[in-house]
Amino acid sequence: MIAYILRRLAYSVLVLLGVSAITFFAVFASGDPVSMMLGADAGPRQVEEFRKIMGLDRPVVVQYLHFLGRAVRGDFGRSLRHDTPAMALIIERLPATMLLAFGALAVSAVVAIPLGVLAATRRASLLDDAVIATSALGLAAPTFFFGSVLIMLFAVKYPLLPPSGGGSLDRLILPVATLAFGRVAVLTRFTRSGMIDVLSRQYIRTAHAKGLPEATVLYRHALRNTLIPIVTLVGLEMGSLLGGAVITENVFAWPGIGRLIVQAVENRDFPIVTSGVLVAAAIFTLINLLVDVVYSFINPAVRYQ
Amino acid sequence: MKGRLGVTGTAVIVLLLLAAAFGPSLAPHNPVEVNLAARLTPPTRGGDGQPAHWLGTDQLGRDILSRILHAARVTVGISLTAVAVTAGLGVTLGLVAGFYRGPIDIMLMRIVDVQLAFPTILLAITMVAVLGRGIGILILVFVIAEWVRYVRVIRAQVLVVREMQYVEAARATGATDRRILAGHIFRNVLTDIIILMNLEIGRIILLESSLSYLGLGVQPPMPTWGNMVNEGRLYLQTSWWVVTFPGLAIVLSVLGLNLFGEALRGAYDPTGRE
Repeated sequence: MIAYILRRLAYSVLVLLGVSAITFFAVFASGDPVSMMLGADAGPRQVEEFRKIMGLDRPVVVQYLHFLGRAVRGDFGRSLRHDTPAMALIIERLPATMLLAFGALAVSAVVAIPLGVLAATRRASLLDDAVIATSALGLAAPTFFFGSVLIMLFAVKYPLLPPSGGGSLDRLILPVATLAFGRVAVLTRFTRSGMIDVLSRQYIRTAHAKGLPEATVLYRHALRNTLIPIVTLVGLEMGSLLGGAVITENVFAWPGIGRLIVQAVENRDFPIVTSGVLVAAAIFTLINLLVDVVYSFINPAVRYQ
Repeated sequence: MKGRLGVTGTAVIVLLLLAAAFGPSLAPHNPVEVNLAARLTPPTRGGDGQPAHWLGTDQLGRDILSRILHAARVTVGISLTAVAVTAGLGVTLGLVAGFYRGPIDIMLMRIVDVQLAFPTILLAITMVAVLGRGIGILILVFVIAEWVRYVRVIRAQVLVVREMQYVEAARATGATDRRILAGHIFRNVLTDIIILMNLEIGRIILLESSLSYLGLGVQPPMPTWGNMVNEGRLYLQTSWWVVTFPGLAIVLSVLGLNLFGEALRGAYDPTGRE
């Protein structure tokens, strides 16, 4: 068990190193930030001196190692626009993004799993058709459009909720619903087909034959066995969840890192972009690591692969 | 039920292709012509000397129907090009990795695993930040973001097909690797390739519209459904049609592609049929 976790941990570090190298070299390849920082009327001597101070005259590999060294100590450079440490800005926005992402994750699990079970036990009923149609819609509707429709319905036509902004709980409802919609679609489908598969197994027939109550068969025998692949799916879906959060934050002006990153791209504020992407990658890798560890508890076979 | 949904999907795809091919010549108005006097006109049939705007006009008085039709060509053009290039690259690598195995396969699968796990939109945003904006760059971004999906699926299929007896038979008759790959294996994974390409078109449409919505994709004045929704976001309070119709165009297109894909999969693999 410990060996497995250590191996997964080493792999996660490797992934992060990869992401850091890619973002660093991508930004490096995109051009010299000096001319942008000094302005057009800086003389060649000034530029030369500034490059020395910034360490931009050294070989790129050395620069990358310095970048890594600083990154390990939590120093990701200063925002070109706000002139504060980039990481501080990211950390400040992080709780908002986490609240949104985990809120949506929780809501989608609470909605999707019972819906999937219900649809699976009432095959070809009106409810089943409705569930299938809704999840097809959830897969086809882009996050930003669904969010806009929610604003038009629940903030404009029926002004029940605020259309945008952050800081209070009622402002969280529409963004969470938006982000959860796509996940509910995926998760419902998956739960439904998993349950249908499991319900046709022999041990379910046996459980029924023993005279166990319907609810016990469904939840103790069938759903538990469906949950194993669901945990995997939730892990795989974390990427879409984080990606969806970036877009949702921009629809609702929710003050998280997704909005910060997009604004930084517009302003060519590279330290924010690199540290934002790195933090996102780190969170993401960490969650995947956790999912894998949890998974190896549920299903010990994966440890020996 | 399944059959009817497949037909609906096909109809939507035909409609989308027709819009891309003939839409711009059918469009009743110039999609970029500004007419401030007619700004934010709700959907109208016209009459009384006023022109018809079936889907209304946007904040600059441009006809939304005409913009949607023109945008169809942009979107279909971008997604077909991106899917063709990506499929070419991904299928080749998937075939090679699955057929030859070895260190290339191992290395490739590591990259694929890492990239598949990473949020696509974040990857795309980073690339746009670095490379800049433009349609060529956008297509490149989609290729870099999506090639791994083909490698994953095609490699897995090749691993199955290469163990088939007909492959063994071909080898026994002295067929070269190249011949086995092109003649036997490629042909037998072709259906998987087509199903995947179909779903990928939908994915690219969603990705392109999301980037355009964030202002990082296709740049105005060239219309795409994504940037139309983006431009309309400031008028959500007063003018629902500016955002709703281009948004519906996206939903309908992706829904049609997905339904078609599912029907295709059902026809190919009858055991999965319900």
